[in-house]
Amino acid sequence: MRAVVTVIGKDSVGILAKVSGICAEYNANVTDVTQSVLQDVFAMMMLVDISAMSSDFSALSDRMTALGEELGLSIHTMHEDIFNSMHRI
Amino acid sequence: MLNVYDVLETIRMIQNECLDIRTITMGISLLDCISGDADTACTKIYDKITKKAENLVKCGEKIEKEYGIPIINKRISVTPIAMISAAAKGADPVKYALTLQKAADTCGVNFIGGYSALVQKGFSAGDLELINSIPEALSVTKNICSSINVGSSKAGINMDAVALMGKIIKQSAQVTADRQCIGPAKLVVFCNAPEDNPFMAGAFHGPGEPDCEINVGVSGPGVVRSAIEKYPDADLSELANIIKKTAFKITRMGQLVGAKASEMLGVPFGIVDLSLAPTPAVGDSVAHILEEMGLETCGTHGTTAALAMLNDAVKKGGVMASSHVGGLSGAFIPVSEDAGMIDAVNNGTLSITKLEAMTAVCSVGLDMIVVPGDISEETISAIIADEAAIGMVNNKTTAVRIIPAIGMSEGQTLEFGGLLGSGPVMSVCDKSCAKFINRGGRIPAPMHSIKN
Repeated sequence: MRAVVTVIGKDSVGILAKVSGICAEYNANVTDVTQSVLQDVFAMMMLVDISAMSSDFSALSDRMTALGEELGLSIHTMHEDIFNSMHRI
Repeated sequence: MLNVYDVLETIRMIQNECLDIRTITMGISLLDCISGDADTACTKIYDKITKKAENLVKCGEKIEKEYGIPIINKRISVTPIAMISAAAKGADPVKYALTLQKAADTCGVNFIGGYSALVQKGFSAGDLELINSIPEALSVTKNICSSINVGSSKAGINMDAVALMGKIIKQSAQVTADRQCIGPAKLVVFCNAPEDNPFMAGAFHGPGEPDCEINVGVSGPGVVRSAIEKYPDADLSELANIIKKTAFKITRMGQLVGAKASEMLGVPFGIVDLSLAPTPAVGDSVAHILEEMGLETCGTHGTTAALAMLNDAVKKGGVMASSHVGGLSGAFIPVSEDAGMIDAVNNGTLSITKLEAMTAVCSVGLDMIVVPGDISEETISAIIADEAAIGMVNNKTTAVRIIPAIGMSEGQTLEFGGLLGSGPVMSVCDKSCAKFINRGGRIPAPMHSIKN
Protein backbone atom coordinates (compact mmCIF):
# COMPACT_ATOMS: atom_id res chain seq x y z
CA MET A 1 0.00 0.00 0.00
CA ARG A 2 1.47 3.31 -1.03
CA ALA A 3 0.66 6.97 -0.65
CA VAL A 4 1.69 9.91 -2.80
CA VAL A 5 2.99 13.03 -1.10
CA THR A 6 3.11 16.11 -3.32
CA VAL A 7 4.71 19.38 -2.35
CA ILE A 8 4.28 22.54 -4.39
CA GLY A 9 5.39 26.05 -3.48
CA LYS A 10 8.29 28.45 -3.14
CA ASP A 11 11.67 26.76 -2.88
CA SER A 12 13.60 26.94 0.38
CA VAL A 13 16.32 25.03 2.20
CA GLY A 14 15.42 21.65 3.68
CA ILE A 15 11.95 20.92 2.29
CA LEU A 16 12.85 17.39 1.24
CA ALA A 17 14.56 16.75 4.58
CA LYS A 18 11.55 17.89 6.59
CA VAL A 19 9.04 15.89 4.56
CA SER A 20 11.10 12.72 4.60
CA GLY A 21 11.79 13.27 8.30
CA ILE A 22 8.07 13.07 9.01
CA CYS A 23 7.81 9.92 6.89
CA ALA A 24 10.56 8.31 8.94
CA GLU A 25 8.86 9.35 12.17
CA TYR A 26 5.72 7.43 11.13
CA ASN A 27 7.71 4.49 9.74
CA ALA A 28 6.55 5.21 6.20
CA ASN A 29 9.27 4.09 3.80
CA VAL A 30 10.12 6.49 0.95
CA THR A 31 10.36 4.44 -2.26
CA ASP A 32 10.65 7.10 -4.94
CA VAL A 33 11.16 10.85 -5.22
CA THR A 34 10.74 13.11 -8.26
CA GLN A 35 11.51 16.74 -7.76
CA SER A 36 12.10 19.84 -9.84
CA VAL A 37 12.67 23.52 -9.24
CA LEU A 38 11.39 25.76 -12.02
CA GLN A 39 11.88 29.50 -11.62
CA ASP A 40 11.83 29.28 -7.85
CA VAL A 41 8.77 26.99 -7.79
CA PHE A 42 9.46 23.76 -5.99
CA ALA A 43 7.48 20.70 -7.08
CA MET A 44 8.03 17.29 -5.57
CA MET A 45 6.26 13.98 -5.72
CA MET A 46 7.20 11.31 -3.23
CA LEU A 47 5.98 7.73 -3.15
CA VAL A 48 5.88 6.23 0.32
CA ASP A 49 5.11 2.72 1.45
CA ILE A 50 2.48 2.98 4.19
CA SER A 51 1.88 -0.70 4.86
CA ALA A 52 4.11 -0.81 7.95
CA MET A 53 3.18 2.58 9.33
CA SER A 54 3.35 3.10 13.07
CA SER A 55 0.04 5.00 13.25
CA ASP A 56 -3.12 5.84 11.39
CA PHE A 57 -2.86 7.21 7.83
CA SER A 58 -4.83 10.30 8.75
CA ALA A 59 -2.25 11.24 11.41
CA LEU A 60 0.47 11.34 8.73
CA SER A 61 -1.78 13.28 6.41
CA ASP A 62 -2.66 15.85 9.11
CA ARG A 63 0.98 16.23 10.05
CA MET A 64 1.97 16.88 6.42
CA THR A 65 -0.79 19.46 6.01
CA ALA A 66 0.40 21.21 9.16
CA LEU A 67 3.97 21.25 7.85
CA GLY A 68 2.71 22.74 4.60
CA GLU A 69 0.96 25.53 6.47
CA GLU A 70 4.07 26.17 8.54
CA LEU A 71 6.33 26.44 5.48
CA GLY A 72 3.81 28.19 3.24
CA LEU A 73 3.69 25.23 0.86
CA SER A 74 0.85 23.15 -0.46
CA ILE A 75 1.38 19.56 0.70
CA HIS A 76 -1.07 16.79 -0.19
CA THR A 77 -0.91 13.24 1.10
CA MET A 78 -3.20 10.91 -0.79
CA HIS A 79 -3.55 7.17 -1.24
CA GLU A 80 -2.10 6.12 -4.62
CA ASP A 81 -5.32 4.32 -5.60
CA ILE A 82 -7.01 7.60 -6.48
CA PHE A 83 -4.37 8.35 -9.12
CA ASN A 84 -4.27 4.78 -10.41
CA SER A 85 -8.02 4.58 -10.80
CA MET A 86 -8.27 7.95 -12.49
CA HIS A 87 -5.38 7.61 -14.92
CA ARG A 88 -5.00 3.86 -15.55
CA ILE A 89 -7.51 1.56 -17.17
CA MET B 1 3.94 3.77 -12.70
CA LEU B 2 2.52 7.11 -11.65
CA ASN B 3 3.73 10.15 -13.45
CA VAL B 4 3.91 13.60 -11.99
CA TYR B 5 1.57 15.17 -14.56
CA ASP B 6 -1.23 12.76 -13.76
CA VAL B 7 -0.80 13.36 -10.06
CA LEU B 8 -0.81 17.12 -10.49
CA GLU B 9 -3.85 16.94 -12.77
CA THR B 10 -5.83 15.11 -10.09
CA ILE B 11 -4.76 17.55 -7.41
CA ARG B 12 -5.64 20.51 -9.64
CA MET B 13 -9.10 19.07 -10.30
CA ILE B 14 -9.77 18.81 -6.58
CA GLN B 15 -8.10 22.04 -5.46
CA ASN B 16 -8.97 24.48 -8.23
CA GLU B 17 -11.85 23.00 -10.17
CA CYS B 18 -14.19 21.96 -7.35
CA LEU B 19 -14.03 18.23 -8.09
CA ASP B 20 -15.75 16.37 -5.33
CA ILE B 21 -17.92 13.40 -4.49
CA ARG B 22 -21.27 15.05 -3.99
CA THR B 23 -22.75 12.27 -1.93
CA ILE B 24 -22.43 8.80 -0.55
CA THR B 25 -26.01 7.66 -0.11
CA MET B 26 -26.92 4.53 1.80
CA GLY B 27 -30.16 2.99 0.57
CA ILE B 28 -32.01 1.16 3.34
CA SER B 29 -35.12 -0.94 2.84
CA LEU B 30 -37.78 -0.43 5.50
CA LEU B 31 -40.07 -3.18 4.21
CA ASP B 32 -39.32 -5.31 7.25
CA CYS B 33 -40.38 -2.44 9.55
CA ILE B 34 -44.03 -2.48 8.47
CA SER B 35 -46.44 -2.75 11.35
CA GLY B 36 -50.16 -2.16 11.92
CA ASP B 37 -49.16 0.00 14.85
CA ALA B 38 -47.44 3.24 13.86
CA ASP B 39 -45.38 3.52 17.05
CA THR B 40 -44.01 -0.01 16.63
CA ALA B 41 -43.18 0.74 13.00
CA CYS B 42 -41.39 3.97 13.96
CA THR B 43 -39.31 2.20 16.60
CA LYS B 44 -38.31 -0.44 14.07
CA ILE B 45 -37.47 2.24 11.49
CA TYR B 46 -35.32 4.20 13.91
CA ASP B 47 -33.50 1.08 15.06
CA LYS B 48 -32.85 -0.19 11.55
CA ILE B 49 -31.58 3.11 10.15
CA THR B 50 -29.35 3.92 13.09
CA LYS B 51 -27.90 0.40 13.07
CA LYS B 52 -27.25 0.20 9.33
CA ALA B 53 -25.93 3.75 9.01
CA GLU B 54 -24.11 3.84 12.32
CA ASN B 55 -20.70 4.20 10.66
CA LEU B 56 -21.73 5.93 7.42
CA VAL B 57 -20.50 9.41 8.32
CA LYS B 58 -17.33 8.10 9.97
CA CYS B 59 -16.57 5.97 6.93
CA GLY B 60 -17.12 8.94 4.59
CA GLU B 61 -14.75 11.08 6.61
CA LYS B 62 -12.11 8.35 6.63
CA ILE B 63 -12.25 8.02 2.84
CA GLU B 64 -12.03 11.80 2.47
CA LYS B 65 -8.84 11.78 4.49
CA GLU B 66 -7.26 8.80 2.81
CA TYR B 67 -7.84 9.88 -0.78
CA GLY B 68 -7.82 13.62 -0.22
CA ILE B 69 -11.13 14.00 -2.03
CA PRO B 70 -13.97 15.97 -0.42
CA ILE B 71 -17.23 14.08 0.12
CA ILE B 72 -19.76 16.86 0.53
CA ASN B 73 -22.79 14.97 1.81
CA LYS B 74 -23.51 11.68 3.51
CA ARG B 75 -27.13 10.73 3.02
CA ILE B 76 -29.66 7.98 3.47
CA SER B 77 -32.53 6.95 1.22
CA VAL B 78 -35.35 4.75 2.46
CA THR B 79 -38.30 2.80 1.08
CA PRO B 80 -41.15 5.18 0.13
CA ILE B 81 -42.79 5.82 3.49
CA ALA B 82 -46.32 5.52 2.03
CA MET B 83 -45.64 1.79 1.61
CA ILE B 84 -44.78 1.53 5.30
CA SER B 85 -47.36 3.91 6.75
CA ALA B 86 -50.22 2.33 4.78
CA ALA B 87 -50.38 -0.58 7.25
CA ALA B 88 -51.15 1.69 10.20
CA LYS B 89 -54.58 2.97 9.27
CA GLY B 90 -55.62 6.29 10.76
CA ALA B 91 -52.14 7.13 12.08
CA ASP B 92 -50.57 10.48 11.25
CA PRO B 93 -47.80 9.97 8.66
CA VAL B 94 -45.90 12.96 10.10
CA LYS B 95 -44.91 10.62 12.93
CA TYR B 96 -42.75 8.76 10.40
CA ALA B 97 -41.16 12.00 9.22
CA LEU B 98 -40.24 12.90 12.79
CA THR B 99 -38.77 9.43 13.27
CA LEU B 100 -36.63 9.85 10.15
CA GLN B 101 -35.45 13.24 11.46
CA LYS B 102 -34.49 11.68 14.78
CA ALA B 103 -32.57 8.96 12.91
CA ALA B 104 -30.83 11.61 10.74
CA ASP B 105 -29.74 13.49 13.88
CA THR B 106 -28.40 10.31 15.50
CA CYS B 107 -26.44 9.23 12.41
CA GLY B 108 -25.25 12.75 11.63
CA VAL B 109 -26.24 12.50 7.97
CA ASN B 110 -27.12 15.57 5.89
CA PHE B 111 -30.41 14.26 4.52
CA ILE B 112 -32.80 11.34 4.56
CA GLY B 113 -34.88 10.96 1.41
CA GLY B 114 -37.93 8.78 1.01
CA TYR B 115 -40.94 10.57 2.45
CA SER B 116 -42.41 9.43 -0.81
CA ALA B 117 -45.24 7.79 -2.66
CA LEU B 118 -45.39 6.19 -6.11
CA VAL B 119 -48.77 7.06 -7.59
CA GLN B 120 -48.21 7.03 -11.35
CA LYS B 121 -51.26 4.87 -11.97
CA GLY B 122 -53.37 5.69 -8.95
CA PHE B 123 -53.43 6.08 -5.18
CA SER B 124 -53.14 2.97 -3.04
CA ALA B 125 -53.81 2.82 0.68
CA GLY B 126 -51.72 5.36 2.54
CA ASP B 127 -50.68 7.40 -0.51
CA LEU B 128 -53.21 10.20 -0.14
CA GLU B 129 -52.66 10.51 3.60
CA LEU B 130 -48.92 10.78 3.04
CA ILE B 131 -49.20 13.34 0.23
CA ASN B 132 -51.60 15.48 2.25
CA SER B 133 -49.18 15.43 5.20
CA ILE B 134 -46.20 16.65 3.14
CA PRO B 135 -46.50 20.39 3.95
CA GLU B 136 -46.52 19.71 7.68
CA ALA B 137 -43.84 16.99 7.47
CA LEU B 138 -41.44 19.28 5.58
CA SER B 139 -42.17 22.12 7.94
CA VAL B 140 -41.53 20.27 11.21
CA THR B 141 -38.39 18.48 9.97
CA LYS B 142 -35.13 19.89 8.71
CA ASN B 143 -33.30 17.13 6.88
CA ILE B 144 -36.10 15.06 5.40
CA CYS B 145 -36.82 15.10 1.67
CA SER B 146 -39.99 14.09 -0.08
CA SER B 147 -40.73 12.91 -3.60
CA ILE B 148 -43.85 11.81 -5.44
CA ASN B 149 -43.82 9.91 -8.73
CA VAL B 150 -46.88 11.01 -10.72
CA GLY B 151 -46.17 9.47 -14.10
CA SER B 152 -44.23 6.91 -16.08
CA SER B 153 -43.75 5.89 -19.71
CA LYS B 154 -45.51 2.62 -18.89
CA ALA B 155 -48.43 3.92 -16.84
CA GLY B 156 -49.09 7.39 -18.22
CA ILE B 157 -49.65 10.42 -16.02
CA ASN B 158 -51.93 10.43 -12.99
CA MET B 159 -53.49 13.87 -13.46
CA ASP B 160 -55.37 13.67 -10.16
CA ALA B 161 -51.99 13.44 -8.45
CA VAL B 162 -50.64 16.27 -10.63
CA ALA B 163 -53.55 18.50 -9.59
CA LEU B 164 -53.03 17.58 -5.94
CA MET B 165 -49.28 18.28 -6.05
CA GLY B 166 -49.94 21.84 -7.23
CA LYS B 167 -51.84 22.42 -4.01
CA ILE B 168 -49.28 20.62 -1.86
CA ILE B 169 -46.36 22.63 -3.25
CA LYS B 170 -48.21 25.90 -2.65
CA GLN B 171 -49.13 24.87 0.90
CA SER B 172 -45.56 23.73 1.63
CA ALA B 173 -44.33 27.19 0.65
CA GLN B 174 -46.99 28.92 2.73
CA VAL B 175 -46.26 27.02 5.93
CA THR B 176 -42.53 27.69 5.58
CA ALA B 177 -42.90 31.30 4.36
CA ASP B 178 -40.94 32.53 7.38
CA ARG B 179 -38.01 30.25 6.45
CA GLN B 180 -37.36 31.22 2.80
CA CYS B 181 -40.23 28.93 1.73
CA ILE B 182 -37.82 26.02 2.26
CA GLY B 183 -40.57 23.36 2.23
CA PRO B 184 -40.91 22.92 -1.54
CA ALA B 185 -37.10 22.97 -1.97
CA LYS B 186 -37.20 19.55 -0.30
CA LEU B 187 -40.00 18.22 -2.50
CA VAL B 188 -39.69 16.71 -5.97
CA VAL B 189 -42.46 15.61 -8.32
CA PHE B 190 -41.19 12.93 -10.71
CA CYS B 191 -42.08 11.17 -13.89
CA ASN B 192 -40.12 7.91 -14.34
CA ALA B 193 -38.41 8.26 -10.95
CA PRO B 194 -35.24 6.14 -10.66
CA GLU B 195 -35.21 3.80 -7.66
CA ASP B 196 -31.51 4.08 -6.90
CA ASN B 197 -30.94 7.82 -7.16
CA PRO B 198 -28.43 9.10 -4.57
CA PHE B 199 -29.22 12.80 -5.15
CA MET B 200 -31.64 14.85 -3.07
CA ALA B 201 -34.35 15.87 -2.86
CA GLY B 202 -35.54 12.98 -5.02
CA ALA B 203 -33.72 10.03 -3.44
CA PHE B 204 -35.72 7.05 -2.26
CA HIS B 205 -34.91 3.36 -1.98
CA GLY B 206 -37.10 1.54 -4.48
CA PRO B 207 -38.92 -1.66 -3.53
CA GLY B 208 -36.83 -3.67 -6.02
CA GLU B 209 -33.53 -2.68 -4.41
CA PRO B 210 -31.56 -4.88 -1.98
CA ASP B 211 -31.94 -4.57 1.79
CA CYS B 212 -29.07 -2.11 2.03
CA GLU B 213 -26.66 -0.67 -0.52
CA ILE B 214 -24.27 2.18 -1.20
CA ASN B 215 -24.83 4.57 -4.11
CA VAL B 216 -22.45 7.34 -5.03
CA GLY B 217 -23.11 10.63 -6.80
CA VAL B 218 -20.15 12.40 -8.36
CA SER B 219 -19.90 16.02 -9.37
CA GLY B 220 -17.43 18.15 -11.29
CA PRO B 221 -18.82 20.77 -13.71
CA GLY B 222 -15.71 22.88 -13.06
CA VAL B 223 -13.42 20.11 -14.29
CA VAL B 224 -15.36 19.74 -17.53
CA ARG B 225 -15.41 23.50 -18.09
CA SER B 226 -11.68 23.88 -17.66
CA ALA B 227 -10.99 20.87 -19.91
CA ILE B 228 -13.01 22.56 -22.66
CA GLU B 229 -11.28 25.87 -22.00
CA LYS B 230 -7.99 24.34 -23.12
CA TYR B 231 -9.38 23.68 -26.62
CA PRO B 232 -10.88 26.95 -27.86
CA ASP B 233 -10.73 25.91 -31.52
CA ALA B 234 -11.77 22.26 -31.30
CA ASP B 235 -14.79 21.25 -33.36
CA LEU B 236 -17.75 19.62 -31.62
CA SER B 237 -16.65 16.03 -32.36
CA GLU B 238 -13.36 16.73 -30.65
CA LEU B 239 -15.12 18.54 -27.84
CA ALA B 240 -17.40 15.55 -27.23
CA ASN B 241 -14.29 13.39 -26.95
CA ILE B 242 -12.69 15.76 -24.46
CA ILE B 243 -15.84 15.74 -22.32
CA LYS B 244 -15.97 11.93 -22.47
CA LYS B 245 -12.39 11.60 -21.27
CA THR B 246 -13.00 14.03 -18.43
CA ALA B 247 -16.24 12.31 -17.40
CA PHE B 248 -14.35 9.01 -17.40
CA LYS B 249 -11.80 10.34 -14.91
CA ILE B 250 -14.44 11.86 -12.64
CA THR B 251 -16.48 8.69 -12.62
CA ARG B 252 -13.49 6.47 -11.88
CA MET B 253 -13.13 8.39 -8.69
CA GLY B 254 -16.77 7.84 -7.81
CA GLN B 255 -16.32 4.15 -8.51
CA LEU B 256 -13.26 3.99 -6.26
CA VAL B 257 -14.99 5.79 -3.39
CA GLY B 258 -18.13 3.67 -3.73
CA ALA B 259 -16.18 0.42 -3.79
CA LYS B 260 -14.14 1.49 -0.79
CA ALA B 261 -17.21 2.61 1.20
CA SER B 262 -19.00 -0.62 0.37
CA GLU B 263 -16.01 -2.66 1.56
CA MET B 264 -15.62 -0.65 4.78
CA LEU B 265 -19.31 -0.80 5.66
CA GLY B 266 -19.85 -4.38 4.53
CA VAL B 267 -22.75 -3.28 2.33
CA PRO B 268 -23.11 -4.07 -1.41
CA PHE B 269 -22.16 -1.34 -3.87
CA GLY B 270 -25.16 -0.24 -5.92
CA ILE B 271 -24.45 2.35 -8.58
CA VAL B 272 -22.49 5.45 -9.50
CA ASP B 273 -24.66 8.33 -10.59
CA LEU B 274 -22.62 10.21 -13.19
CA SER B 275 -24.27 13.55 -12.78
CA LEU B 276 -22.67 16.92 -13.27
CA ALA B 277 -24.14 18.58 -10.21
CA PRO B 278 -23.43 22.30 -9.89
CA THR B 279 -23.12 24.30 -6.68
CA PRO B 280 -23.35 28.07 -6.22
CA ALA B 281 -19.54 28.16 -5.73
CA VAL B 282 -17.45 29.98 -8.30
CA GLY B 283 -16.29 27.58 -11.02
CA ASP B 284 -18.85 24.89 -10.28
CA SER B 285 -21.51 25.77 -12.84
CA VAL B 286 -23.09 23.76 -15.66
CA ALA B 287 -24.18 27.00 -17.35
CA HIS B 288 -20.53 28.03 -17.56
CA ILE B 289 -19.70 24.80 -19.42
CA LEU B 290 -22.30 25.68 -22.05
CA GLU B 291 -20.89 29.19 -22.25
CA GLU B 292 -17.36 27.82 -22.59
CA MET B 293 -18.63 25.79 -25.54
CA GLY B 294 -19.41 29.05 -27.31
CA LEU B 295 -22.69 30.52 -26.09
CA GLU B 296 -22.63 34.11 -24.93
CA THR B 297 -25.13 33.33 -22.18
CA CYS B 298 -26.80 30.12 -21.13
CA GLY B 299 -30.39 30.20 -22.36
CA THR B 300 -29.71 31.71 -25.76
CA HIS B 301 -30.47 29.81 -28.98
CA GLY B 302 -28.21 26.78 -29.21
CA THR B 303 -28.37 26.03 -25.49
CA THR B 304 -30.49 22.91 -25.94
CA ALA B 305 -28.10 21.49 -28.56
CA ALA B 306 -25.03 22.22 -26.43
CA LEU B 307 -26.65 20.65 -23.39
CA ALA B 308 -27.72 17.57 -25.36
CA MET B 309 -24.14 17.00 -26.45
CA LEU B 310 -22.76 17.58 -22.97
CA ASN B 311 -25.26 15.21 -21.38
CA ASP B 312 -24.58 12.45 -23.88
CA ALA B 313 -20.80 12.77 -23.68
CA VAL B 314 -20.89 12.67 -19.88
CA LYS B 315 -22.82 9.40 -20.01
CA LYS B 316 -20.60 7.82 -22.65
CA GLY B 317 -17.45 8.69 -20.74
CA GLY B 318 -18.85 7.58 -17.41
CA VAL B 319 -20.34 4.27 -18.47
CA MET B 320 -17.03 2.56 -19.05
CA ALA B 321 -15.57 3.94 -15.84
CA SER B 322 -18.12 2.32 -13.59
CA SER B 323 -19.31 -1.23 -13.03
CA HIS B 324 -22.93 -0.11 -12.62
CA VAL B 325 -24.35 3.21 -13.65
CA GLY B 326 -27.71 4.34 -12.38
CA GLY B 327 -29.69 7.10 -10.74
CA LEU B 328 -30.19 10.17 -12.86
CA SER B 329 -26.82 10.30 -14.62
CA GLY B 330 -26.46 13.41 -16.77
CA ALA B 331 -26.20 17.15 -16.34
CA PHE B 332 -28.29 18.86 -13.68
CA ILE B 333 -29.69 22.32 -14.30
CA PRO B 334 -30.94 23.56 -10.93
CA VAL B 335 -31.30 27.32 -11.35
CA SER B 336 -30.70 28.54 -7.79
CA GLU B 337 -27.69 26.25 -7.30
CA ASP B 338 -25.78 27.36 -10.39
CA ALA B 339 -24.08 30.77 -10.54
CA GLY B 340 -24.22 30.84 -14.36
CA MET B 341 -27.93 29.97 -14.45
CA ILE B 342 -28.71 32.70 -11.90
CA ASP B 343 -26.86 35.29 -14.02
CA ALA B 344 -28.67 34.09 -17.14
CA VAL B 345 -32.05 34.53 -15.45
CA ASN B 346 -31.11 37.93 -14.08
CA ASN B 347 -30.01 39.24 -17.45
CA GLY B 348 -33.25 38.04 -19.00
CA THR B 349 -31.83 35.31 -21.25
CA LEU B 350 -33.00 32.19 -19.44
CA SER B 351 -36.73 31.61 -19.10
CA ILE B 352 -38.86 28.74 -17.80
CA THR B 353 -39.86 27.87 -21.36
CA LYS B 354 -36.22 27.53 -22.40
CA LEU B 355 -35.48 25.49 -19.29
CA GLU B 356 -38.35 23.21 -20.19
CA ALA B 357 -36.82 22.58 -23.61
CA MET B 358 -33.47 21.90 -21.95
CA THR B 359 -35.03 19.29 -19.68
CA ALA B 360 -35.94 17.23 -22.74
CA VAL B 361 -32.26 16.54 -23.37
CA CYS B 362 -30.65 16.45 -19.94
CA SER B 363 -31.23 14.49 -16.76
CA VAL B 364 -33.92 15.58 -14.34
CA GLY B 365 -36.04 18.63 -15.08
CA LEU B 366 -37.22 22.00 -13.83
CA ASP B 367 -35.11 22.12 -10.72
CA MET B 368 -34.89 24.76 -7.98
CA ILE B 369 -36.95 27.31 -9.86
CA VAL B 370 -38.40 30.15 -7.85
CA VAL B 371 -41.75 31.53 -9.05
CA PRO B 372 -43.94 34.39 -7.81
CA GLY B 373 -45.78 33.67 -4.56
CA ASP B 374 -49.18 34.43 -6.06
CA ILE B 375 -48.87 31.66 -8.70
CA SER B 376 -52.06 29.61 -8.86
CA GLU B 377 -52.10 25.98 -7.78
CA GLU B 378 -53.34 24.99 -11.22
CA THR B 379 -50.40 26.71 -12.92
CA ILE B 380 -47.97 24.76 -10.71
CA SER B 381 -49.83 21.57 -11.63
CA ALA B 382 -49.69 22.46 -15.32
CA ILE B 383 -45.92 23.02 -15.12
CA ILE B 384 -45.65 19.57 -13.53
CA ALA B 385 -47.88 18.09 -16.26
CA ASP B 386 -45.71 19.58 -19.02
CA GLU B 387 -42.56 18.14 -17.48
CA ALA B 388 -44.14 14.75 -16.85
CA ALA B 389 -45.28 14.65 -20.48
CA ILE B 390 -41.70 15.25 -21.67
CA GLY B 391 -40.48 12.43 -19.44
CA MET B 392 -43.27 10.04 -20.38
CA VAL B 393 -42.91 10.48 -24.12
CA ASN B 394 -39.11 10.47 -24.16
CA ASN B 395 -38.68 7.51 -21.78
CA LYS B 396 -36.60 9.58 -19.40
CA THR B 397 -36.74 10.88 -15.87
CA THR B 398 -38.13 14.36 -15.47
CA ALA B 399 -38.88 16.19 -12.27
CA VAL B 400 -40.19 19.45 -10.96
CA ARG B 401 -38.85 21.19 -7.88
CA ILE B 402 -40.44 24.59 -7.92
CA ILE B 403 -40.62 27.10 -5.08
CA PRO B 404 -43.43 29.66 -4.88
CA ALA B 405 -41.77 32.62 -3.09
CA ILE B 406 -44.60 33.76 -0.83
CA GLY B 407 -44.90 37.55 -0.81
CA MET B 408 -42.40 38.00 -3.63
CA SER B 409 -42.78 38.85 -7.28
CA GLU B 410 -40.66 38.80 -10.42
CA GLY B 411 -37.35 40.62 -10.08
CA GLN B 412 -36.82 39.75 -6.42
CA THR B 413 -34.49 37.02 -5.17
CA LEU B 414 -35.11 34.27 -2.65
CA GLU B 415 -31.94 33.53 -0.68
CA PHE B 416 -31.59 29.95 0.59
CA GLY B 417 -27.88 29.90 1.37
CA GLY B 418 -25.63 26.84 1.38
CA LEU B 419 -25.84 24.31 -1.44
CA LEU B 420 -29.32 25.52 -2.41
CA GLY B 421 -27.99 28.97 -3.35
CA SER B 422 -30.31 31.83 -4.24
CA GLY B 423 -33.12 31.91 -6.75
CA PRO B 424 -34.32 34.90 -8.78
CA VAL B 425 -38.12 34.87 -9.02
CA MET B 426 -38.94 33.85 -12.61
CA SER B 427 -41.97 34.88 -14.58
CA VAL B 428 -44.72 32.40 -15.42
CA CYS B 429 -47.55 32.76 -17.92
CA ASP B 430 -50.63 34.16 -16.22
CA LYS B 431 -53.21 32.64 -18.58
CA SER B 432 -55.38 30.02 -16.89
CA CYS B 433 -54.95 26.28 -17.28
CA ALA B 434 -57.41 25.52 -14.48
CA LYS B 435 -60.03 23.78 -16.59
CA PHE B 436 -57.49 21.38 -18.11
CA ILE B 437 -55.95 20.51 -14.74
CA ASN B 438 -59.30 20.14 -12.95
CA ARG B 439 -60.53 17.56 -15.44
CA GLY B 440 -58.46 14.99 -13.55
CA GLY B 441 -58.15 11.38 -14.74
CA ARG B 442 -55.12 9.89 -16.43
CA ILE B 443 -53.17 10.76 -19.54
CA PRO B 444 -52.71 7.35 -21.21
CA ALA B 445 -49.22 5.97 -21.76
CA PRO B 446 -47.81 6.66 -25.23
CA MET B 447 -47.98 4.11 -28.05
CA HIS B 448 -44.28 3.28 -27.85
CA SER B 449 -44.68 2.07 -24.25
CA ILE B 450 -46.41 -1.03 -25.57
CA LYS B 451 -43.29 -3.07 -26.19
CA ASN B 452 -44.07 -6.54 -24.90
